[in-house]
Amino acid sequence: MSYDRAITVFSPDGHLFQVDYAQEAVKKGSTAVGVRGKNVVVLGVEKKSVAKLQDDRTVRKICSLDNHVFMAFAGLTADARIIVNRARVECQSHRLTVEDPATVEYITRYISSIKQRYTQSNGRRPFGISSLIVGFDFDGTPHLYQTDPSGTYHAWKANAIGRSAKTVREFLEKNYKEEDMESDTDTIKLAIRALLEVVQSGGKNIELAIMKRDESMKILVQEEIEEYVTAIETEKEKAEKQKKKT
Amino acid sequence: MALLDVCGISDWVKEDGFNAERASVDKVNHFNFAAQTPELAVPVGVDPAEFLRPLVDSEEGVNGVKINLEHGTTTLAFKFQHGVMVAVDSRASAGSYVSTQMFKKVIEINPFLLGTMSGSAADCVYWERVLAKECRIYKLRNKERISVSAASKLLANMVVNYRGMGLSMGTMICGWDKKGPGLYYVDDNGLRLCGNMFSTGSGNTYAYGVMDSGYRYDLSVPEAYDLAQRAIFHATHRDAYSGGTVNMYHMRETGWIKVSQEDVGDLYHRFYSEKK
Repeated sequence: MSYDRAITVFSPDGHLFQVDYAQEAVKKGSTAVGVRGKNVVVLGVEKKSVAKLQDDRTVRKICSLDNHVFMAFAGLTADARIIVNRARVECQSHRLTVEDPATVEYITRYISSIKQRYTQSNGRRPFGISSLIVGFDFDGTPHLYQTDPSGTYHAWKANAIGRSAKTVREFLEKNYKEEDMESDTDTIKLAIRALLEVVQSGGKNIELAIMKRDESMKILVQEEIEEYVTAIETEKEKAEKQKKKT
Repeated sequence: MALLDVCGISDWVKEDGFNAERASVDKVNHFNFAAQTPELAVPVGVDPAEFLRPLVDSEEGVNGVKINLEHGTTTLAFKFQHGVMVAVDSRASAGSYVSTQMFKKVIEINPFLLGTMSGSAADCVYWERVLAKECRIYKLRNKERISVSAASKLLANMVVNYRGMGLSMGTMICGWDKKGPGLYYVDDNGLRLCGNMFSTGSGNTYAYGVMDSGYRYDLSVPEAYDLAQRAIFHATHRDAYSGGTVNMYHMRETGWIKVSQEDVGDLYHRFYSEKK
């Protein structure tokens, strides 16, 4: 008997197959990486190459939810649009009711609640996106959270979602250094290096957004990304030369 | 509806958005901060505000019946350099009958939040207890205490749903949160004001007079205790609907403490003997 038709049916070994399949849909999406530094938070996504006649400014995978929170996603873009809309409304609703900006954890919890509700009602399918939500709370603490289609969320120091997420995460685990996070440049470089592992043709296919404490989100222009990429490549060459010498 | 259809109105009358069936996935659950869940059942088919207005506002009432809610109290709160002082009287009256001289007009919501009550005792007690429940739930969900501005906003949002339906409540929400000392005045119309000094109730004018003449931001702690106590005492002395004891609280960075509870009779003798 097939247990994967209806969302509300558990399989004998405890799986909700529709949720598992939603995770598969996420794995097909383009990679997104997030890094939480001490004074800056960074989100980078792999930009899919666009058709010649397409205006590539309309393809935005990093969306701001409020002045102090923004997110990137991997998976079905249309599903993400719905989540982003609801999250934006909830951020404003929180400001109205509570007179304070929502904490990053609050808005992550809200998004996860929406996703979970859709795994437990009939006639609806789960959202096919995982998201990385970053920002600063109004007391200045930086946060990075990841949500997935089942509705769970966790806090991370650095993480990746989407295609080749495993490779990128392994790279981050190997190269994440606590003391590097003090420097904004090193944090940004870590995110770019992680993405360069899996995107083809380098800096052209990377879109990066950063937010420093008490500043609004900034999407880096192509030239700035190229600067970082050149710096990274020079450092790599230097490291290779060092290795050869010893 | 059948009647609407027969009259041909249903073509241009829109379905009431609130009654439309919303799928359970879309019903917001615990993120609406009690703003939309109606706590009290309101009679269907009758607009409570319209129903109440002739009974309360007009001269002759309805068929000679008039509802006249009598309430008396004096409460005050002010911010100063060492936190927030809160002082209240303790008389509960029903017209000219004194129900009790020992009514608690300060509700201790949590160790960092206090709410005062004036107006209808029942309304104040009920709504401030609902507020205490919401504050507790907020703390459990968000792992940190609710801010004073959020708590006062919740209360204002809750009562604004019942505007015009006869609630009578004037309260001051005082506390200490991440932003420092906080003091808000909230009343039954949904009015919410942030300020440094408030006094509510039938004796508020007397209390304002004393407070205004002695208030400075840089009062010392004993001076502030004295000022708050005197202000309530003088209000109870002249206002017939205030009296009993003066309950005084001090909201500090480490939470509130109950400073004193003194009978106004004793205070009278103390102040009178000082004058000599």
